[in-house]
Amino acid sequence: MRYWSLVFGVVGVACVACFAYAPFDPEWWLPAGPDATLGHLHSASTVGKEIDALFVIILWITGVVFIGTQVALVWACWKFADGPGKVAVYFHGSQRLELIWTILPAIALVFITYYQFGTWASVKFKSARPDVTPVAEVTGRQFQWMIRYPGRDGKFKTADDLYTINDLHFVKDQKTLIHLQAKDVIHSFFLPALRIKQDAVPGLKIAVWFDADQAGHYELVCAELCGWGHGRMRGNVTVHATQGEFDEWLKQLEKEQGRDQIVGAEAAVAQVEGR
Amino acid sequence: MSHETATAAGTLHAQGSDHDHDPIHAQSWNPLFRYVFSTDHKVIAIQFLFSGLIFFVFGGLMAMAIRWQLAWPGRPMPILADALWSGQGYRMPPEFYNKLFTMHGTVMIFLVIIPILAGAFGNFTIPLMIGARDMAFPKLNMLSYWCMPFAFVAFLNSFLVIGGAAEAGWTSYPTLANSPWSTPGSLNGQTWWLIGLLFAGVSSLMGSINYITTILMLRAPGMTMFRMPMTVWAMFITAILQAFALPVLTSALVMQLLDRTAGTNFFSPSNWSVANGPSVVGGGQPLLWQHLFWFYSHPAVYIMILPAMGIVSDVISTFSRKPLFGYKPMIFAIGAIAGLGFLVWGHHMFQSGMNPALGATFMLSTMLIALPSAIKVFNWLGTMWGGRIQFTAAMLNAMGFVSMFIIGGLSGIFMAATPVDMHIHDTYFIVAHIHYVLFGGSTFAIFAAIYYWFPKMFGRMMDERVGKIHFVLTFLTFNGTFFLMHIIGMHGHPRRIADPTVYPFLAGAGIVGMNRFMTLSAFGLGLSQILFAGNFLYSLVLGKKAEANPWKANTLEWATDSPPPYYNFQTIPTVYHPAYEYSVPGVVGDYLPQTEPRPPIAGPLDPIMA
Repeated sequence: MRYWSLVFGVVGVACVACFAYAPFDPEWWLPAGPDATLGHLHSASTVGKEIDALFVIILWITGVVFIGTQVALVWACWKFADGPGKVAVYFHGSQRLELIWTILPAIALVFITYYQFGTWASVKFKSARPDVTPVAEVTGRQFQWMIRYPGRDGKFKTADDLYTINDLHFVKDQKTLIHLQAKDVIHSFFLPALRIKQDAVPGLKIAVWFDADQAGHYELVCAELCGWGHGRMRGNVTVHATQGEFDEWLKQLEKEQGRDQIVGAEAAVAQVEGR
Repeated sequence: MSHETATAAGTLHAQGSDHDHDPIHAQSWNPLFRYVFSTDHKVIAIQFLFSGLIFFVFGGLMAMAIRWQLAWPGRPMPILADALWSGQGYRMPPEFYNKLFTMHGTVMIFLVIIPILAGAFGNFTIPLMIGARDMAFPKLNMLSYWCMPFAFVAFLNSFLVIGGAAEAGWTSYPTLANSPWSTPGSLNGQTWWLIGLLFAGVSSLMGSINYITTILMLRAPGMTMFRMPMTVWAMFITAILQAFALPVLTSALVMQLLDRTAGTNFFSPSNWSVANGPSVVGGGQPLLWQHLFWFYSHPAVYIMILPAMGIVSDVISTFSRKPLFGYKPMIFAIGAIAGLGFLVWGHHMFQSGMNPALGATFMLSTMLIALPSAIKVFNWLGTMWGGRIQFTAAMLNAMGFVSMFIIGGLSGIFMAATPVDMHIHDTYFIVAHIHYVLFGGSTFAIFAAIYYWFPKMFGRMMDERVGKIHFVLTFLTFNGTFFLMHIIGMHGHPRRIADPTVYPFLAGAGIVGMNRFMTLSAFGLGLSQILFAGNFLYSLVLGKKAEANPWKANTLEWATDSPPPYYNFQTIPTVYHPAYEYSVPGVVGDYLPQTEPRPPIAGPLDPIMA
């Protein structure tokens, strides 16, 4: 019954077809940024572009291995199916083949590993942290993202701090740094379109940095199970086209939260004290 | 006299004194000790198998409910909606969804796959395949099974306590899991979860000690280590993994239990309060749990796949009528997987806040563990190459294992790459990966093992035609259920969310359509198992009587009756060669049982490969 090979063949072809179709459909591919004119293959962040390239390299390598092994399986199934007059070879293996299929995958795997290090270091290592003022302190809490902006003085935990819930703003094309914390359980700060993910861990303050090359709206997802409301712990991210637009939004927020009075008063006091 | 018969005779002589008074105790007449509190490894294996299959149904039904919710979030579910949520508009509450995936994972891993692979088939095959009368410690073996019902009761009871079953996922990360106020399932259910897991762990630990001792001490004369079938090798290395990894899980479970019940603070930071509950003194670290948990649970992944690899090696060689390609390299590959398996736990924690430099080293060790897995795949293909493949239901499932394990192995490379993992971590890409390894891998191997050893276990044949239909339906619907999870995962679909349509990027027709397609396939997958259950139960009672060696296989379990008598062998067999001497030149018939010497015309065995 060599036709059993077809069952394995059909599934293999369907698997390859899924990934062959994926790049042509925005919903099947890695998530894109808000600017549709750039096409959905364009990742919205610097690190996103690198990660997508690494993803595609691994996809090609694994794709070739997948096709090779499945073809071998289907072919073996077809060619060596039991039938009248067939005799199996009495053969225990080949040292040469073992060496070949140990060394070649080893080289491929070490290559993949080595190839990833740079991107990993640039996105997570402390030494790569951009030397900028943090744009916000993001705190995960059941089931919302509490976001604190430093206000005009650029310092956290001062009277002019501004607060939003589930609303993160930053500026296009700027290295953006946030401080990530958790207030109760573990959450995870996930920006799918920017390929950024970092768990927010109780007791730790973790620096996370990213950028975006398209202005507009993005999604903030909680990616770590955090309780009954986890599935609805969604945040909005707005990337402003210019610094001016962002400052304008902050000023609006100051007004809403009554902090513009504080800022005015603090400025007046500073003037009187001759600071 | 050829070299290996000389060795066999030498071993026979060395062990001769043990077998002079080969004690065969009478089987108990009392049904209570014969079928319930039995010390017979075959009865214990069947107990593990039956309870595992029953919980397979339970875990599978939970999976159906999960899939329903993902395809039609909030649409009233048949049966459950009327029974449980008539007061809540018939909608599944999100915490119930969390209970479902938590208990689905827990049940499938700790009550189905590990007990069936290690408990049922480890118990059944080890003494029979090495030519022993029973396990080294039969009473410990009995205790190892009778620890499991405590786990069953604890897990089932957790659904009935106030707050319901655990909701923190099968990984149960603090501080969600150790703070009673964090979510309804943490109120009481989590404590029951910990107790249940402690019992399941102790059961495995007792089993592993027994397996190691039995394999080292009770092999039949001539059964050298390098003549053991791959199934026994895999069970041996799995048992070693369990013996070293389980104490770490056990201590972690006790620590979390103490955090929850005795006011310790292993996993809570200083002055910590969750959900406005009373704050605790703290001083602990939530990441400590992840290190301890994954130090066990990553090796546990190999505990769930190595026995499957062993079983599949035996099945593929038997039905290719050809010696296993690279027997010794296969053993070393299993050993390498087990060794490296202890060095890769950190790859679950790349995005956890662990030092990223440590993540980089875990990336290297994780990539390297793909190597022995790849070697095994190539060797299985090499075994089939040039064979005379008989497409029995067991063989088809074993080939299904190889084909699906390739996908599970290759998708692992994506998440081993730390930067790529940053995007796909905690998405459906991971869910796809784990199901390709644990369903596509372990479960197809379980099916293969059941079709293969059913005649030996119960003395009757399963229906081959129904078995093949079951395989085709399972294989197709399995892929329909899980392959697209790679696609929605790379699109960013997070796991463990009750309603994906909350996120606009997951609410489009494409993602929703894929989710529905996967759910319909999952229902097909569930329904296909009715064929298996029917075949299993029918054959148990009315199946064709099995002969002693229906598959014409070489290993020792086929040298005794089907089912084997109490104490397995009339006389302890003597072994002359490794298990895979098929289609030997100069032998009539295409197999040569391990109890018969190789003919001189076949020449000496390759010392490196065989």
